[in-house]
Amino acid sequence: MAKFIKKGKGGTPPINTASLPDIVFMILMFFMVSTSMRQTDRLVQLTMPQASEIAKLERKDLSSYIFVGTPTSQYQAKFGTESRIQLNDSFRTIDDIRDFVAAERENLSEAERPYMTVSIKADQDTRMGIISDIKQELRRCSALKIMYGARKAAK
Amino acid sequence: MASKKTPEINGGSMADIAFLVLVFFLMVSTMDQEQGLSRRLPPLPAEDQKAEDQKVNRRNIILVKINSNDRLLAGNEPMDVSQLKDKIIEFLTNPTDDPNLPEKEMKDIEGFGQCSVSKGVISLQNDRGTSYRKYLEVQNELVKAINILRDQFAMQNYGKKFARLDEEKQDIVKKAIPSNISEAEPKDVKKK
Repeated sequence: MAKFIKKGKGGTPPINTASLPDIVFMILMFFMVSTSMRQTDRLVQLTMPQASEIAKLERKDLSSYIFVGTPTSQYQAKFGTESRIQLNDSFRTIDDIRDFVAAERENLSEAERPYMTVSIKADQDTRMGIISDIKQELRRCSALKIMYGARKAAK
Repeated sequence: MASKKTPEINGGSMADIAFLVLVFFLMVSTMDQEQGLSRRLPPLPAEDQKAEDQKVNRRNIILVKINSNDRLLAGNEPMDVSQLKDKIIEFLTNPTDDPNLPEKEMKDIEGFGQCSVSKGVISLQNDRGTSYRKYLEVQNELVKAINILRDQFAMQNYGKKFARLDEEKQDIVKKAIPSNISEAEPKDVKKK
């Protein structure tokens, strides 16, 4: 019965981890392709309203963002709980939109400027007054392509 | 001299490095898609152009007003958001050629031929106190009505839904059923 004598010590052989880096790199590549870099830190709390007829923004690089909402808790002491406008990384007022749009437009090449989209991301409990002001200001600096940010809702 | 083999580089920590880079990318990137309702704002009217708005015939315009209590008024009757879509569809199609609903105009669309196009304009007005949620809900409902009409038109003429048509045909459908939503100058809609 020598045939059945165990050779050496038993136990499962170690799993070969040589391909682990490849797998991880694959996941990494997936994330790099499917995500985009976070552009700004949000200083406002916002839950976007739901809508069912939404369209995707085609060119992310051609868009600039205006956030509207109540400041997050750490800024509430300084800026209050009223809805505020956030442009880039700071709280701004309506009057700053003109400069903001001009600066954003400057960043784009001549050919792409007509396609610039301003994406308004506002909290669902914002009053329309502030949004109307933004819209009027955008019309004044002729940034006419806008997008109201919304979440996908079930139909 | 005996050839000396270079020792193999230890690849054991490669996975750790890769994980590190992966975690970095997970932290700094966002996955949320930019989506929303695309709109085009009307350009500011020039000083000498003011009289022009009044030219639109009364029957061709439907007023959709939202007041500060988020109440909706469409074509002079209060209604719920869920009814708005059908109202708009009725307004834009005018199936019975009602003289109070917008007139239609025969238009020659390139690549399609003659087609009756509604002259209806939806005018959306809101109060400063209207909530954004309601506003977008109403906007969404308006877009939905137009999308339904476009789908119908596309189904009738091409046997496909609007989104599945190629760009050329989409342009034709867009011309046949234009989306005339005018976001008027902000006005205070009085509380009732």
